[in-house]
Amino acid sequence: MSMGTAAGSWQAARIVLQREWLLAVRRPAQVLQPLAFFAVVTAMFPLGYTPELAKLRAIAPGVLWVGALLASLLALEHLFREDASDGTLEQYVLSGQSLTWLLLAKTIAHWLLTGLPLTLMAPWLGVALGVPLTAAIGVMGALALGTWTLSLLGSIGAGLTLGVRRGGVLLSLLTLPLAVPVLVFGARATELAIVGDSPTGALYLLGSLAVLGLTLAPLAAAAAVRIGLE
Amino acid sequence: MGTNWAWFHRFGSPPHVYRLAGLLTPWFAWPAALSILAALYGGLVLAPPDYQQGEGFRILYVHAPSAWLSVMIYAVMATAAGIGLIWRMKVAHAAAASCAGIGAWFTVVSLVTGMLWGKPMWGTYWVWDPRLTAQLVLLFLYLGYIGLRSGIDDVGRADRASAVLALVGVVNIPIIRYSVEWWNSIHQAPSVMKMEKPSMPMEMLVPLLLMFLGFTLYFAAVMLVRLRAEILRRERSASWIREALR
Repeated sequence: MSMGTAAGSWQAARIVLQREWLLAVRRPAQVLQPLAFFAVVTAMFPLGYTPELAKLRAIAPGVLWVGALLASLLALEHLFREDASDGTLEQYVLSGQSLTWLLLAKTIAHWLLTGLPLTLMAPWLGVALGVPLTAAIGVMGALALGTWTLSLLGSIGAGLTLGVRRGGVLLSLLTLPLAVPVLVFGARATELAIVGDSPTGALYLLGSLAVLGLTLAPLAAAAAVRIGLE
Repeated sequence: MGTNWAWFHRFGSPPHVYRLAGLLTPWFAWPAALSILAALYGGLVLAPPDYQQGEGFRILYVHAPSAWLSVMIYAVMATAAGIGLIWRMKVAHAAAASCAGIGAWFTVVSLVTGMLWGKPMWGTYWVWDPRLTAQLVLLFLYLGYIGLRSGIDDVGRADRASAVLALVGVVNIPIIRYSVEWWNSIHQAPSVMKMEKPSMPMEMLVPLLLMFLGFTLYFAAVMLVRLRAEILRRERSASWIREALR
């Protein structure tokens, strides 16, 4: 496992990011579908529960978070699968660059193309659930940090399920229990923002999870992808 | 030069471990049976009913040891998986594989006994009590581990992939427990049972400790039996098996 030079690593990461960006531009459906999914799931709740905004506001944190969680998982299924089947991941392994580093770049791209759009969309979906736009900053802060940690956790799960037939369900089964702390702190921060309190405490906890995930998850994801490619 | 690691490396040899596990099993099984029987007698007959919970508290003698084992087994499983990953020791992976099913069942037992206890005490089978919730998440973690193992056909790859998952899980379990605790303290007033644990009278405590011992020994015995079965399954084409089974 030879490590590239620092400059080479930056360049490699930039190339990975550029490639992901190009792929997303050429195949926009992959980026747009999770967003549409998020909107559809959110719209089911007023229909299935009640159109009263006061009641919807009470369950809004849970709805937004579960919706974002599932939409993000949906996109994670494709994080490594295509690249594994067309040999790109093998080239990453053989490139002489640190696989951890390349996969981190790929995960960052995934977050920029899924987590960030979901975050930007959440306040508008919140409006449909009776959430005031004044809560937008808190809602987006929580979702930005939370989806980031989810992308990292999901990169481990996506790596582990590489060699599995119909790995999508398994990916959810592996990732969702691990995402419980993100859900707990994220929904709490959102709730605090909605009722007009300061969500800072919960956001700090989310932030610490994000840092912990950034520290450990890429290593585990690289190990998982190596095993999956054997 | 000075340290002799031969004893450690012998644990990498399936025939050696197979024989050793067979020799050790009765040494765990019999003490387990004796201490569980003694603890049952002590807990169900000798111990007085609880002054608040009446006879209902006696389910504790199954519930608490199961809950302890459900977490302990995950730690054992992750340790074995880590050893297997680092030293590429197949037997350690086999040990981790034989832990998963037992751990999942003890988690189920602790959940079911917790629910049975909750019906008379809380008036309902299920309350989103932090410890029950954490146990439920632990069950999902076990199910994910078992699911990943059965999803990959190649044994070596299934071993290593599930080992990574077990290690990720072991980092996550304390965080999950803490977050669920925190979540619950916001949403729900402390339940009736959150009273300070009074020091148990000896005639209640001794059977409980005996039960902890008995359950742990029982786990060791069952794990060794399952480890032997797992080794047989993996080594079914090896020549030593014919000799061992003669």
